[in-house]
Amino acid sequence: MAALAMHRRSGLRWGHGPTSPALVRLYVVLALLGAWELAGDFVNAMFIAPPSVVIAKGFASILSEPKVIRAVWTTFWELGVAFGLSVVFGVLIGLPIGLHRPTHRTAYPLVLLVYAVPQVTILPLFILWFGLGPPSKIAFGFSHGIFPILINVVAGVQHMRPVLMQSALSMGASRPQIFRHVILPHMVPSLFAGMRLAMTVTLLGVLLAEFYVSSAGIGYYAKLFAESLDSPSLYALIVLLAAMAVFFNELVRRGEMRFGRWRS
Amino acid sequence: MTSAWGTRLIQIGAVAGVLVVWHIVTASGWISPIFLPAPTEVWRHLVRIVASGQIVEPLRVTLTEVAIAYAIAATAGVALGYLASLSPFLVRVFEPLFSSIYAIPIVILFPLCILFFGIGPESKIAFGATYGFFPIVLNTIAGFGHVDDRYVRWARSMGASEPQRFRHVMLPAALPVVMSGLRIGFVITFASTIGGETLASLQGLGNRIVYFGELMRGAEMFAYIAFVIAFAFLVNALSLLLEKRGGRR
Repeated sequence: MAALAMHRRSGLRWGHGPTSPALVRLYVVLALLGAWELAGDFVNAMFIAPPSVVIAKGFASILSEPKVIRAVWTTFWELGVAFGLSVVFGVLIGLPIGLHRPTHRTAYPLVLLVYAVPQVTILPLFILWFGLGPPSKIAFGFSHGIFPILINVVAGVQHMRPVLMQSALSMGASRPQIFRHVILPHMVPSLFAGMRLAMTVTLLGVLLAEFYVSSAGIGYYAKLFAESLDSPSLYALIVLLAAMAVFFNELVRRGEMRFGRWRS
Repeated sequence: MTSAWGTRLIQIGAVAGVLVVWHIVTASGWISPIFLPAPTEVWRHLVRIVASGQIVEPLRVTLTEVAIAYAIAATAGVALGYLASLSPFLVRVFEPLFSSIYAIPIVILFPLCILFFGIGPESKIAFGATYGFFPIVLNTIAGFGHVDDRYVRWARSMGASEPQRFRHVMLPAALPVVMSGLRIGFVITFASTIGGETLASLQGLGNRIVYFGELMRGAEMFAYIAFVIAFAFLVNALSLLLEKRGGRR
C-alpha cells in the first residue's frame, strides 16, 4: 500500500510504475478535445465546430445576445424551483411512508407504480395542462425529481438500526427529540444521495420540456441554432448547459460530503 | 409471498380508483374533454387503433429504432467496459470519466443529434444509443473491474489457463452486474427513443402522441399514451425476467 502511494507521488514518469489516474484521465479528455479540434478540418464545419471556434465565435455570439442570457437564466430558475419542490415534497411524503408501517404498505406500492411509468410519454399532457411557459417545465422537472428523493428518504429512515431508536426511547427521549437526534441524522446522507440523482433527472425533465416546446427559453434557441446550422452557437449553448449541470451536481456532492461526514 | 400479492392488490385497486374518478370528473363535465377526454372514449380509440392495425406502422418504426440503438449501445458498452476493466489502473482512469459524463443529462446532446442526422429515425437511434451506452459501460466496468482478486489468484494457482479463468471465474462473477446494466440500458434506450420522437420526428409512437396532441384530438393522444405505457410495462417485466435468467449460472 505504501509502495503504491509512493509510486503515485512519483508523478509523471512513464514506464516507472503507475502515474496518477486523474492525470491520465486529463490526457484522455485533452486527446478527445484535440480529436474534436482536428475533426473540424475534415468534416463540414457546418456540423462540427472545433473547440477553438466554439470559444471564439460561439460564446461571443451567445453571450452578446441578451435574449439568450435571459433564456439561460429562465432555465436556471426553472431548475431551481423544480428541484426545491422535489426536495420539499419528497421529504414531506417520504417521511410518513418511511416511518409509519401501514402508510408504507399502502402508499409505497403506488409510488413505485407511478415511478415505473416512462414519463416522457406524458410530456404533451404537461404542456396541455400547464401551458407553454415555465410552469410546465417546472412541473415536468418536479415529476422527475421527486422520485429519487422520496425513495431515498424512505430507504434512509428504514435502514436505521432499531437499537438506536430503542435506546433513545429508553433514555426517555421525546418524539421531537428522537426526530431531531436519531431520525434526521440518519436520513441526511441518503437524502443527499437522492438529491444528487434528483438534480440530474430534474434537469433532464426541465430540458425535455424546454426542447419540446418553448417560445423564449433555452429550448427555443437550441432548436433555432440547430435549424439554422449555426453550430458554434449551438455547441456553446450545450457547453453552457453542461457546465450548469456539472455546477449543480458538484454543489449537491459537496453538501453530501459535508452532511454525510458523521457516518464514516 | 402474501405481501407481494398485497402490493399487487393495492396497485390494481389504485388504478381502478383512478379510472373511476377519471370517469366521474369527465362524465359530469367538471373537466373539459380538451384537457381530459373520457376514459370510455380513450378505450374506444385504443381498441380501434389496435384492431384496425393503425398501431403497426408507428410501432414498427419505434421498435426498429430501439433495436438498432440498443445493439449499438450494448456492443459499444460491453466492449469498451470490458477493455476499461482490464487493469485496476484503467478502471480508476475510466470509471470516474464515464460516471461524470453520465451525471450530465444527455438530453442536452439531442440538438446535436438533429444537427447531424436530421429528424428521421437516425437521430433517434443516435440519441437512444448514447443514452443507453452509459449504464451498460458503467455496469460492465463494475462487473469485470471489481471481481475479488482472491478468486483469480486461486484459479491461477490451481493451474487455470487464461481462457479458463475468464470462462469460470471472471464471467460468472461479472455477469449479474453486466446483465443488470444491459437491462437498465434497454429501458433507458426505449424511453429516450420515445423521448426523441416526442421532441422531433416524422414517425413512430412518440410522434403519434405529439401529432394527436397538436390536433387537439385528446382521446387519440391518450389512447397512444396508454398503449406506450402498457407496452413499457410489458417490456420492463420481460427484461426483468431475462435478466434473472441470464444472470443465473
